[in-house]
Amino acid sequence: MTSSATLATAILLLPAGAAALVGLLGPRLLRGRSHWVVILAVGAALALSWRLFEQVRAVPAEARAEEYARTHTVYSWFRADVGERGHWFDIDFRIDPLTCVMLLTVLSVSLLVVIYSVGYLRDHHGRREHGYERFFAFLALFVFSMCTLVLAGNFILLYVGWELVGLCSYLLIGFYYPRPSAAAAAQKAFLVNRVGDLGFGLGILVIYLSCGDLRYEAVFSEAGLARLDGRETLVSLLLLCGAVGKSAQLPLHVWLPDAMEGPTPVSALIHAATMVTAGVYMVARCGAIFAESATAMAVVATIGAATALFAATIALAQTDLKRVLAYSTISQLGYMFLGLGAMASDSAIFHLFTHAFFKALLFLGAGSVMHALHGEIDLRRFGGLGRSMPVTAATFWIGGLALAGFPLLSGFWSKDEIIHAALMRSPWLGVTAQVTAFLTAFYTFRMIFLAFHGPRRLPEGVEHAHESGRWMIVPLLLLSLGAVGAGAAGVIPGDLNLHEQLRTVLVAMNHAPRDELLESFPLMALSGGLAVLGIGGAWFVYRRRPILAMAAAVLWPRAARVLRGKYFIDEFYDALIVRPLRRLGRVCYGTDRFGIDTVLWLITAVPRSLGFMLKESLQQGALQGYAMGMVVGLLVIVVAVLAGG
Amino acid sequence: MTYAPQLMVLGAVLFALGVVGFLTRRNLIVMFLCTEIMFQGILLNLIAMGLQRGNVSGQALGLFVLVVAAVEAGLGLAIVVLLYRRRGTLDAESWMTLRG
Repeated sequence: MTSSATLATAILLLPAGAAALVGLLGPRLLRGRSHWVVILAVGAALALSWRLFEQVRAVPAEARAEEYARTHTVYSWFRADVGERGHWFDIDFRIDPLTCVMLLTVLSVSLLVVIYSVGYLRDHHGRREHGYERFFAFLALFVFSMCTLVLAGNFILLYVGWELVGLCSYLLIGFYYPRPSAAAAAQKAFLVNRVGDLGFGLGILVIYLSCGDLRYEAVFSEAGLARLDGRETLVSLLLLCGAVGKSAQLPLHVWLPDAMEGPTPVSALIHAATMVTAGVYMVARCGAIFAESATAMAVVATIGAATALFAATIALAQTDLKRVLAYSTISQLGYMFLGLGAMASDSAIFHLFTHAFFKALLFLGAGSVMHALHGEIDLRRFGGLGRSMPVTAATFWIGGLALAGFPLLSGFWSKDEIIHAALMRSPWLGVTAQVTAFLTAFYTFRMIFLAFHGPRRLPEGVEHAHESGRWMIVPLLLLSLGAVGAGAAGVIPGDLNLHEQLRTVLVAMNHAPRDELLESFPLMALSGGLAVLGIGGAWFVYRRRPILAMAAAVLWPRAARVLRGKYFIDEFYDALIVRPLRRLGRVCYGTDRFGIDTVLWLITAVPRSLGFMLKESLQQGALQGYAMGMVVGLLVIVVAVLAGG
Repeated sequence: MTYAPQLMVLGAVLFALGVVGFLTRRNLIVMFLCTEIMFQGILLNLIAMGLQRGNVSGQALGLFVLVVAAVEAGLGLAIVVLLYRRRGTLDAESWMTLRG
């Protein structure tokens, strides 16, 4: 085992060990100390992944292509004489800059979210919530699963990680399981993902049938791609199904807004910063296959652009703070898909990286508000919190500016690259992306102005909102540093530049040359201008002339209703799929209960009545009777043996 | 020359006496004694077979059976005592309601 493979194994085992430890000992022994185990494990894993990144960077330039494509096998799981290789499933790692970027993103956001959760899962008197240890065990399990997903060096391990993060998502959305809405949301997330994962599984199957191998190294090689001949589009679209489900793109986006039923740190970590970006990561990783098919790339770009615009329009009319952020996440994921489809997967990964910081920041800020208001999150019921929660408001502003693409903040750089790539690909995609950028700035600041500015309003039963404690403030401050500075990773010259690092790995994507991007100042100015315009528009409509917002709803009642109803897609699915299936289920239940069970009862009636008769006649309760039975039995055996012998 | 066949016959007789006693008496203590007699019959047989074979494994097994029998006797008598306290009689018939 090479030293980098050892490091990768350690990165995986640390959170896994923490999950097992807290899961087994938490409720009895660790209790209020459970978080320390997880914080230490994730922190150590973060340090190790930085070490891993240094090792990856240390590879000399000319050896990179070969070294990065290598499969690190750490354990042979099972062997079977199927296919061309004798054994065809191992625990393989792929260790390259893409893996490292994902690991660093996931682990750093996870660490901050875990720290934040320590404060979030206590009430104002410092009492722990019910299920405190369970929460931290699941978080550690999630970190382990996500690391498995990004470290995987073959498709089966990728699938294992993929399903594990789905499981963690289910468990954490349903964390407040006694609440029916949380249980329903968890189920919905799991089932909608299943639809996508069916396609994903089939895609992997087609790859295996074509290539006879599931290691990235073999599939993405020229020989592997040649064997896929004629099936690239099929495979790409099937894999895309999985990505669309996991990353909540149209038409499988319905689960993500409901997933906000989970605790807010979970929304920040899993449903904004990390797990939902797994689809983007997977498409970028399989770029070699996608690039072979122009159709698939066009589909990816179209889905991305459509989702970005669609979700941004819904976010305009939502009144639930966390739901606005959820639709904003869907919209930003749409940007990433647009980037992937526009042959700029390095920009998509860059946006994934910056988005993780500012969106986690925004969610944690929303959680801070929710904590202060005892769970109230409806923008119609509160407002003007800026004075009472200065730190939350300030960090929320920073996150909002980064999300809106305000010049020089992190979101600006990454979003601009994607818009540029989209424009080069097709004017329609570019225009959609620009319009979405304007809408993004508008809805973000609508939310901020409603929540933190204007006259102070508090929901009933809350005397005064006060700033959250240190456990929650520190992660907010650190994340706002990330939201401001993460853009530097894609802009600074030199070896640490993200694009420079990813160039070797994502070579199949023939992305736009770096210099050309930097020279597109007019476009940058346009994006920046649109962001400022959106912020200004929100200020004008929601602060200066609040009557305008109401006037819009009155003037276009139908549009307002459609947006507020999220285009009625949930209702549509409910009528078309959920209800017919439920009816079918009821029919099946009825058949089983009354049809099949009756037949079974009739058939078993004969032995049952025989048994009853035997019991009535032989089982009299007299000790001598039983002894007689034994003696007779013994005699029969003895006679049989003697006669037989 | 050994007494093995005679010993075996003696064992068989003891066992048969035990069985007959167990089947015909209704006093719990007598029934219990009868099971002990069956035990001794089997024990005698074990030793006789060891003798016939010319090794000590029969006797060794016999020692183990003795230990187990002693434990069982303690347990069984304790049960009988408890049963007597419950019903005030040693008649096995009084427990017929235990049938399932």
